[in-house]
Formats: sequence, structure tokens, C-alpha cells
Amino acid sequence: MTATFIHPLTGFIEKTFVITEFELRKLRHDFTELITRALQPALWLLIFGQVFARSGAMHTGNIPYLDFIAPGILAQSVLFVAIFYGINVIWERDLGIVQKFLASPTPRAALVLGKGLSAGIRSLSQMVIVYGLSLLLGVKLNWNPLALLNVLVIVILAATLFGTFSLIIACIVKTRERFMGVGQVLTMPLFFASNAIYPTTIMPGWLKTISHLNPLTYVVDALRTSMLAGSPSTFGPSLDYAVILLTTTILVFIGARLYPRLAS
Amino acid sequence: MSDIVLEIKNLTRRFGAFTAVDALTLSVNAGEVFGLLGSNGAGKTTTIKMLTTLLPPSAGEARVAGFSITTQAVGVRRAIGYVPQAVSVDGSLTGYENLLIFAKLYDLPHREQQARIAEALEFMNLTADAKRLVAEYSGGMVRRLEIAQSTLHRPKVLFLDEPTVGLDPIARDAVWKHLINMRANYGTTLFFTTHYLEEAESHCDRMAIMHLGKVAALGTSAKNSRLRLAAATH
Repeated sequence: MTATFIHPLTGFIEKTFVITEFELRKLRHDFTELITRALQPALWLLIFGQVFARSGAMHTGNIPYLDFIAPGILAQSVLFVAIFYGINVIWERDLGIVQKFLASPTPRAALVLGKGLSAGIRSLSQMVIVYGLSLLLGVKLNWNPLALLNVLVIVILAATLFGTFSLIIACIVKTRERFMGVGQVLTMPLFFASNAIYPTTIMPGWLKTISHLNPLTYVVDALRTSMLAGSPSTFGPSLDYAVILLTTTILVFIGARLYPRLAS
Repeated sequence: MSDIVLEIKNLTRRFGAFTAVDALTLSVNAGEVFGLLGSNGAGKTTTIKMLTTLLPPSAGEARVAGFSITTQAVGVRRAIGYVPQAVSVDGSLTGYENLLIFAKLYDLPHREQQARIAEALEFMNLTADAKRLVAEYSGGMVRRLEIAQSTLHRPKVLFLDEPTVGLDPIARDAVWKHLINMRANYGTTLFFTTHYLEEAESHCDRMAIMHLGKVAALGTSAKNSRLRLAAATH
């Protein structure tokens, strides 16, 4: 056995990236999934978006409606992909894989964040899809490299946040059937109680309050600010980032506490 | 000083009103092959889960390689290898990748990783299949890969939960041949569960028969244990 001393924080970061790396290696065999994942954002932008843009029912200020919802649909598709990520962990539990990782000295938080982060990187495909659709629909995108980088980081962080949330659900429900049920129950409320497809200003008071407690709202705000040319932030980029990072940290902490439940 | 690598004292696990493991007391010497024999529901898997720190005990204590399972779980985890009953390698990775991830998670020095993996593959007779996806492996190959994976870091104790269940006799013999070689080469203590009496009889140095959460008999040979079991239940 090696007796080299490794600082806990270094160890945690290293192990997180090891878990992420091997989660991503599994993707090589999984390309059909990328295609099917393109379908939902396409439906929302091409059908819902175009119809509501023509109706003129939504008041989105100086920004055309399609431009307004493009970042919202990106956030939504990231949410939908990430929220079901935890089902993999239920598969791994039904085999003996989770148990074996838990019997290793890997920090629990690294097991959780590593998987969450891989959900984050996987969802970059959604960014490519939504940018492609937006180009097709004539959305005025901000091509500034820094803005693009910002969108990339927000997409990864948002999917990490919801991917970790999904792992927590998996640790609690433990079976595929219940997991799918809970996932489906959660996605629509999270989506509708956010600023993804309409501004919070037109919401009734109670919904507005809920939307301000919903991390997706801050994800959408951050994406809308960076993705579009000339769309001011509602909450300010620092608050957006702070909410996203803080929520992710709390979720990783809870996930690390719950993860050992998968072995028992 | 005797070389006790596993010391179990009054280890107990209750699930509600049900006592799965009832005040289990045992010790295992370094380098021993120890079998825990019993029918389904005897408490074998629950015992292994407690010893591998996956399940906290309700009462009692155990020390593995000198570390307490309740207060020094990370020390225990560094000192052990674990092969669960169900398949524990990832079918969507290659055999090599399954080993590489564990080499990294157990902090094997970077310059030694490749040599260790190559050695483990050679030892388990998997070198030719290292670059194939594990989903294409046979049951016997999967088990051998699992053993390779859980012994890369040269654990002091290797826990195996029904390691040969579901394997044909030839694959079963191959797994045991590799396990016995490993003990000979690295002095690894093997602690395994089984419900095959003949398997325990032919491979163990010592065995315990578990029944309803307790050790019903402890001995060096199965015949001896059966006698004591008869005595204990009458």
C-alpha cells in the first residue's frame, strides 16, 4: 500500500475528475441518445415558440419572443436531460457497482460531484442544438467569445446542479419506477415556475415568489444575459452565479450524506 | 503476538424487529482463507456489508487490519478489497478502463499504474481481452476482472460475497485457482461467503457455519463443523 500523504481537498478534486472522466468515456457508445435529445428543444422552439411569437401574446419588452425563449429552452432542455441522470445510479446499484465504489476510500462528495459534473459536460450537446436552432430561426445571438464561454460555464453548472439533484432523488427512492415518477412530477413545475418561456413580471404574485426560489430562474436569467445581444440581466450576473453555485454546493453536501444509502 | 487481521466482537445488525446478525464474534488470521457458510438469509451478506463499512452495525465492533469499522472507516476501506455478489464492473467500459479507474481511485502512484494493471490482467488471464467492452465478457471473465479490480491496490483482506455463484464448474475452478495463487503471492487474507459446502471444504483453512445470524459452528473441516452444528441445534 502507498503511504503518500494527499491533502483532502486535492484528493477530493482529483477523485471528482476521475469519476467524471470515466462517466464520459461511457458516452462513446451512446450516440443515438444525442440525436433523441435534440427533439424536445426543436419542438419547443419551432412549434411553441413560433406560434406564440406570431400571436404576440407575450410582452417581452424590446426582445422578440423567439429570442426571449431561446435561452429558456436551452435551460429547460438542460434541466430535462440532467433531472433523469440519476437513473444510471439506480442501474449501478441493482448491479454491485455503487457498492464497490462505496467500499473504496473515494470521498462520497467526489462520487456525487463527479457524476453531477459529467451530467454537466454531457449537456453541452444541448447548447450546440439550441444554438443551431436559434441560427435557423434568426435569433440575434451574442457571438462574443467571452459571452459564449459564459453560456458554456452556466450550462455545465446548471446541469451539474440538476444532475446532483437527480442523484439525491435516486438515493431516496432507489427504484427505477419511482424515480421516473418523481422525475416527471418535478420537471414541469420547475419549468413553469421559472422565467423560461414568459417573464416573471406577468406572473401572479404567488407564482412570482415561487419562481424567485427556483434555481432554474437564475439559470435562465444568466443564459439570457449572455446568449442574446442586448438583453439586460434581471438579477445581475453575480447573484445568478451565487445562487447556482451555492445551490450546487448544498446539493453535493446532501448527496454525499445520502449516497451511502444506496449500498444498504 | 498473533497476526489477527480481522477481529469481530458481538457484531449485531437489526432491521426493525428482525436481527439479521446476532452478536457475531470471530477472528481471522492474516493470510487465512476463511469461509462463511450458510443458507440464504443466514446473515452472511449483512456481515460482509458491515465489515466493508457499507452498513453501520446496530451494536458490537469489528477491526479490519487494525482499523475500526465504526470510527476508522476510511482506514478500513484502504486496507480491503470487496467483490460484491452482483456484477460490480461496468459493462460500458473496457476491462482495462475498469482497472484504470480503480488504480486512480486508490491513489496508486502514477508511474506504477500501467505495470500494476498489466500484471493484474496477466494474472487473471485477461490480457487478450483488456480492450474489449466488459458487456461482451463471459460470467467467469467478469468475476476474474472483479477480483483483479479489487486487488490492484494489494489489500490486506479481500471480501468476496458468493464469488462463484452462477458460474459453471470450469469457471469456478479457474476463479479459485487465481484466488489461491493470489494468497500465495501477496499473502492476501480471503474472507468469503458461500452456500456450497464442498467449496468451503476444498478451499478454506477455516470456516464458520452461520445460521439465523449466529455462528452455529466453527471449525477447520466441514465434517467437524457439521458435528458441532448438530450439537448446537439440539
